[in-house]
Amino acid sequence: MNIFVCLKQTFDTEEKIVVENGQVKEDGVRFVMNPYDEYAVEEAIKLRDANGGSVTVITIGPERAQEALRTALAMGADEAVHITDESLFGDEYTASNVLAAYLKDQAYDIILCGNQAVDDGSGQVAIRVAELLNIPHIGTITKLEVNGTDVVAHRDAEGDLEVVGGKLPILVTAQQGLNDPRYPSLIGIRKANKKPLANPGAGDLNVAGDIAKKSVVLETFLPAAKTGGRILEGDNESRVKELVGLLRTEAKVL
Amino acid sequence: MSRTILVLADLRNGAVRNVTFEMLSAAKRLANGGTVIASIISNNGSTIDTAALAHYGADKVLVADDAQFENYVPDAYAAVLDAMIKEVNPNLVLMSHSAIGRDLAPKVAARFAAGQVSDIIDVTEDGGNLVFTRPIYAGKAFTKNTVAGEIVFATVRPNNLTAGEPDVSRSADKEVKVWAELSADSLRTFIKEVVKKSTGGVDLSEAKIIVSGGRGVKSQEGFKPLYDLAEVLGAAVGASRGACDADYCDYALQIGQTGKVVTPDLYFAVGISGAIQHLAGMSNSKVIVAINKDPEAPIFKVADYGIVGDLFDIVPILTEELKKVLAE
Repeated sequence: MNIFVCLKQTFDTEEKIVVENGQVKEDGVRFVMNPYDEYAVEEAIKLRDANGGSVTVITIGPERAQEALRTALAMGADEAVHITDESLFGDEYTASNVLAAYLKDQAYDIILCGNQAVDDGSGQVAIRVAELLNIPHIGTITKLEVNGTDVVAHRDAEGDLEVVGGKLPILVTAQQGLNDPRYPSLIGIRKANKKPLANPGAGDLNVAGDIAKKSVVLETFLPAAKTGGRILEGDNESRVKELVGLLRTEAKVL
Repeated sequence: MSRTILVLADLRNGAVRNVTFEMLSAAKRLANGGTVIASIISNNGSTIDTAALAHYGADKVLVADDAQFENYVPDAYAAVLDAMIKEVNPNLVLMSHSAIGRDLAPKVAARFAAGQVSDIIDVTEDGGNLVFTRPIYAGKAFTKNTVAGEIVFATVRPNNLTAGEPDVSRSADKEVKVWAELSADSLRTFIKEVVKKSTGGVDLSEAKIIVSGGRGVKSQEGFKPLYDLAEVLGAAVGASRGACDADYCDYALQIGQTGKVVTPDLYFAVGISGAIQHLAGMSNSKVIVAINKDPEAPIFKVADYGIVGDLFDIVPILTEELKKVLAE
């Protein structure tokens, strides 16, 4: 089974965001594999171990994004593709066209992606890729079964669970609860660090049409800082009464 | 400039959700005298009362009504929305940033080679351009964006755009027809079963009030007082990652940078310490109440009102007090 995983390197979710000169500051920030993509990588490895075949991980991003690919290789992925050509960087529209241009020339049975990236959180790229490749998708899955060419997935639809059927080739996006991603083994890390990464550029990919980004960021800003509010004092009954009073009269939310 | 704006009504169990009125009110404002079209894709589309859609701004309502739309199937919904877009040729397509919109918008945007901005919390007009505000890093920061193209897609976070006063004198034409032939083999995925899960009966993404529990609830049973409180308030129940990881509740309830990002009017953080990851998902709530034993818990830094104490003592008293007060 030929399995592909599209992944992204993102800020560690523990990082505080600092805006400097109108941009999110990246110096000194710890980068990790997007947590949702970890579920996708884990599921891909499990599928390969059960069915044979190979797992190829792909990312678009600067040199540092290599770390996320190495992590995936150390977890057990077989091959990695790192698109570092800056002419292929842009927004979700650009990224999906670039990934689709790469994938359309590959023999794939299933493509896994995280359901969104924790940085921009827009959740567009994977589904756009499925549409551009003209294959079906199942989004936000929490369980995946593949039997021959039959696919059954559990989809998290805002609290409800949908059991969705389909056939390969298909793209699925991983939601929390799908699995517990493994930690890379030491031997895996050693092997992963030696592995060559494929690095196709714009000339190799035959990207059709205009892929220039459509979304322009005019401004980046932080939310108003919260200073911490009022800690209520007294016994439980009086504090609760005071709280309810404040919620009604001061905050006006009841 | 006047615009044609298509709004996909967000439905749950056959009823129009409030975010639809928020989107229609925004569309009315941004259309500048152009046309606002509401779209309904449902298995009971013809029976849905569309008068309110007109009251909030729709000039026209397009209805797709077929048993096949009982559940969301991407290929089916995309075929209909695609056909509607081709008929009305909108400049802007608005959908809710909920289970369907999140899945459908990028699929259809890709068909039209269009740009999309997801999860917007505001949209304004500046020099003829639409400027969309959206959170990044789950609300740790925000951006203002413009999107180029003849047609732009946007998904709208519930509870953030303001629904205007309904104008009951307005009405809209309704066009019900078969928008796309959906042969069985054109639908490449299908729903085998839908399992309704309990999230306190109220959907987290649209809830005005959320009662959330963390590790401090200690067990699955520990969520019981939170559900009792939520019931009195008509609130949804949420959780921190800690509570989900400890298997006190389902991941569907998780609020945080991984998990759901919510902006209710009122957020109760109960037994939640306030890890930065959780704060990212809820700190933009309008009013935050924290109940926690540890006075040093970071949650108190973002809370508007805090009670330091044992949630198992305080929450039941709060529930009883609210029962009394809200009955008055």
